[in-house]
Amino acid sequence: MTSGYAVVAVLVVVLGTILVGAYGLRVSRTTSDFYVASRTVSPWWNASAIGGEYLSAASFVGIAGLIFAYGPDMLWFPVGYTAGYLVLLTMVAAPLRRSGAYTLPDFAEARFRSRAVRGVASVLALAIGWLYLLPQLEGAGLTLNTVTGAPDWVGALIVMVVVTVNVMSGGMRSITFVQAFQYWLKLTAITVPIVFLVVVWQVHGAESLTAPEYPAFRQDTEVTFNNDTMIHAERSLAIRGTGEVDGVRVDGGFVLTDGYHRIGQGSEFTFPKDATVPHLSTMAHNTNESWALPESSGADFPLYGAYSLIIATFLGTMGLPHVIVRFYTNPNGTAARRTTLILLGLLSVFYLMPPVYGALGRLYTPELLMTGQTDAVVLVLPARVVDGIGGELLGALVAGGAFAAFLSTSSGLVVSLAGVLSQDVLRLGGVRGFRISAVLAGVVPLAMTFVSTGMPVADMVGLAFAVAASSLCPLLMLGIWSSRTTTVGAIAGMLAGGVPALTAGLVTMFTDTGDAWYEVLLSRPAAWTVPLGFTVMYVVSLLTQRHVPPGVQRTMVKLHAPENLGLDGSGPGSGDERS
Amino acid sequence: MTTPPPHRPVPQPTQRVVVTSPRTRAPRARRPYSGTREINEQSELGAVYMRTLIRAQRRLGLSVCLVTTGVLALLPLLFSLEPALGRFRVFGLGLPWFLLCVATFPMLLLAGWFYVRQAERSEREFAELVERP
Repeated sequence: MTSGYAVVAVLVVVLGTILVGAYGLRVSRTTSDFYVASRTVSPWWNASAIGGEYLSAASFVGIAGLIFAYGPDMLWFPVGYTAGYLVLLTMVAAPLRRSGAYTLPDFAEARFRSRAVRGVASVLALAIGWLYLLPQLEGAGLTLNTVTGAPDWVGALIVMVVVTVNVMSGGMRSITFVQAFQYWLKLTAITVPIVFLVVVWQVHGAESLTAPEYPAFRQDTEVTFNNDTMIHAERSLAIRGTGEVDGVRVDGGFVLTDGYHRIGQGSEFTFPKDATVPHLSTMAHNTNESWALPESSGADFPLYGAYSLIIATFLGTMGLPHVIVRFYTNPNGTAARRTTLILLGLLSVFYLMPPVYGALGRLYTPELLMTGQTDAVVLVLPARVVDGIGGELLGALVAGGAFAAFLSTSSGLVVSLAGVLSQDVLRLGGVRGFRISAVLAGVVPLAMTFVSTGMPVADMVGLAFAVAASSLCPLLMLGIWSSRTTTVGAIAGMLAGGVPALTAGLVTMFTDTGDAWYEVLLSRPAAWTVPLGFTVMYVVSLLTQRHVPPGVQRTMVKLHAPENLGLDGSGPGSGDERS
Repeated sequence: MTTPPPHRPVPQPTQRVVVTSPRTRAPRARRPYSGTREINEQSELGAVYMRTLIRAQRRLGLSVCLVTTGVLALLPLLFSLEPALGRFRVFGLGLPWFLLCVATFPMLLLAGWFYVRQAERSEREFAELVERP
């Protein structure tokens, strides 16, 4: 699907982001501006900005792709991504803002008065941030590959360069404008095509999305295989084209018998109209009817997988470094709560859309089930369903929105990672330190994209959530709500939950675990690492009560008392000084 | 007003600053009465005031959170134990699709709205309590 309009749309988004960033450069002057936009951001702006930052590659292209391939079990991704903010709202939002922390390590230090706790939190925040950046870059590569045919690394490189330059020059204030704008851009880009898609689907006779048949080609479809692909054909079918099947060179017509076949890299075949679509060998054999039922994904231990995903997404949101930063730009705890509530609404609206793409994709772009590029369903669908220039323009809109998603999430992550790096790792203060750190924050994940195995972007993001949920979530929850948490307990808990989750994530991403029985324990680690983190943190804290940080009562007053009462628990007489 | 965060001092061009109060949009601190002084002086009574507030907020937060996520978390188990439920249709959508794509989001919003209202109320009550002379 090479389309000139889509290229233009991507260019417009990239240039727009640079321009808005440059505008921000003139406004941002002091270090305080640079880091926190001077804390003058209203709840609506802030909520839009968090939404813009949060709706990543996983939300924009990943969820639709997973639903398209694996059915309603994957609906837990959008639900979890939203419900995570309810947990954040009820347990963390106001106290976190009142702690005055700018990053998670800042919170760790404010609460525990310990460099060691801060250090561990920094390392984990960095790991989570990089784990989260990786799928953004892969998504960018995929998008650019889909719209222009460019190699995967080009998209990743463009995103990283634009983001790093933008962050280096504009800092956070420009990012706030950019992010808020990008939420609305993304919402438009994903919603407008849906209106047309649904209308066309209705005009075509509202064909059932859950018919008891395998997905079939709607017209003669030419398919390019970018990788060596193992497919399974339900019925034998006649294909034409050039390439390699089961190691044999094919040129012209060929009959693909039913069963498994290996299609060579670079093959181009045309599949006939009305033939049943072969599917990737690793996907379940599903008719559209059985696909639409729960537990249709064919994964081992589906119940364990579902609960692990629920735990990771519900609890992981609060531990994402780029989300936490945004709470600092609220003027006070009450505003932090209201921001989160508005954000819940904004996310709810957005997440109504991806499942529609996933379901319509079964009818209109079934060949993606065969090539395995299921993440591309959002990008390919509009041009496929709507004929002519209209479809191309809609496709361009979606491609632009997708690029906005990669840019905004990556910007937010690079800003927060640069903050952590400059303060805790490189120990370089000032604007220069921040700039050096921004470069480093971007280069590492870019390098990682060259070694990772291509797993679906939403799954990769799920791993970042699992690490956050098992390490930084216990730190926040127990730190805020229990004054008995000790420095030793905090460190032990973060390590006990974070290290296994991170290891499991890296093993899944960079090695091929195949069909081993423990595969699901590694690819969905949260169900065992999260309880581990919480239990270790709590039990070790109870055993080491001598290490309760000094002044914990004052800290608790600061975290929980409304700001306008002149309470800071900082000792006798301070209330009078304030009035 | 625009002092940089204390732990990252940065050389800046000479700049005159007036420091009056923390830079927040919250109303300025009122003259403290006995309750606030108890807390600021870290007396036993002050600790009791704070513990009451923290407990109330923790109970509220946990119950909203557990009820909402608990209801959601029942669904996979339900669909696993009773697969026939998956074939049930609501407004033309399969039941799992209807529940997860449509019904969940208003429920989350409602829970969030309820929580914000209650949390702000309990903070108001706390303020009245500690500001009573």
